[in-house]
Amino acid sequence: MAFVDETVFHQLLHWHHFYDRSTPDVGLVSDGLFHAFGFVAVVSGLFLLSDLRRRRSLVVRRWVGGVLLGAGAFQLYDGLVQHKVFGLHQIRYGVDLLPYDLTWNVLAAVLLVAGALLTRARRPRREPA
Amino acid sequence: MTHDHVDGVDVLAVLGVVAALLALLAYAVLVARARRRGRSWPTGRALAWVTGDLLAVAAVAGPLAAAARSSDGMTSWTAHMAGHVLLGMLAPLLLVLGAPVTLALNALPVGAARRLSRLLRSRPLRVLTTPGAAAVLDVGGLWLLYGTPLLDVAHEHPVVDVVVHAHVLLAGYLFTAVLVGPDPLPHRRRTRHLLVVLVLALAAHDVLAKRLYARASGPDLVDEQSGALLMYYGGDAVDLALAVLVCARWYRRTRPRPASGLRRGQGQLDLERAGAGPQGVLG
Repeated sequence: MAFVDETVFHQLLHWHHFYDRSTPDVGLVSDGLFHAFGFVAVVSGLFLLSDLRRRRSLVVRRWVGGVLLGAGAFQLYDGLVQHKVFGLHQIRYGVDLLPYDLTWNVLAAVLLVAGALLTRARRPRREPA
Repeated sequence: MTHDHVDGVDVLAVLGVVAALLALLAYAVLVARARRRGRSWPTGRALAWVTGDLLAVAAVAGPLAAAARSSDGMTSWTAHMAGHVLLGMLAPLLLVLGAPVTLALNALPVGAARRLSRLLRSRPLRVLTTPGAAAVLDVGGLWLLYGTPLLDVAHEHPVVDVVVHAHVLLAGYLFTAVLVGPDPLPHRRRTRHLLVVLVLALAAHDVLAKRLYARASGPDLVDEQSGALLMYYGGDAVDLALAVLVCARWYRRTRPRPASGLRRGQGQLDLERAGAGPQGVLG
């Protein structure tokens, strides 16, 4: 259970990161929500990480996997849905977007796959609570 | 005629100073009483109360308040927003950390303490201390203030002005107390619930700040925009502290203990802990 949440919250951690690099063209509301969401996710994610550590049940490999998985999933979502479907903002303006979009989304897919592999590779042995 | 002044007296400043002095005095009396009853009171809490009290005063009286509402009717938005962050966010946080209710419960005679704790569990307070209600009162009040002509009205009418400032401080206190207050509450929600409310409140605050920035159109555009920026980042800073405190409480409460672990600090006034067992991840 802890691992699931860990993964989820660290996805959010990276949401924040990627969102900060976006252009200011996005709607104020979604911007505010994302900002607040990522903000609180970073804090709670770090506390969850710390909690796992003190319980000696942190599996670094899975944690790294969770972070990558979250980052990749969000980047892909950002690249496909936010950039393309909603047209909220683009990576750059005034240039041919195709190479940028390709790089963006392929990188996202790589992160996603790497994260999935790391996360699934080895299930942690449950320690008695 | 200068706004906010009745016959040359700045009503808000005078009332603010009087209220702050009373708050300091009441706190000091309670600490003394608690000491007499053999209950020590942490210096840190007292320090938080005093600092919060002084910051709140700084928002309504003195140089900052004067800069925010100069006598020719013009307003410095930057000073105004500095006052807003102080009065509505930072001062409430420090006052909440002063734990006045716990202090009162320690200091008052049994009968009065019992009445106070009954009041805390009364229906109105039950409703008010719902995180959602507290957030709406707090941030909703700000939307009302900046999204409608209320601010101008307040600048014209001293009574409205005093009510607005009192609301900002009290709603800020309520919201902070519900999220991170050390004082007992009728019911404290799960950490996840608190974090969701915090996210929504912070988002609403940020959207409002950005909206003010985007719509700045006054004679002094730079001042209006820097005021909005101050609101945005000041709000972020205080809400970061709130997020850390909410999580830190969860972190302390869910500390792994040995199976036989007896809870320390029993016999203290831990109303909210009554039903607090281990609650899982951010439970």
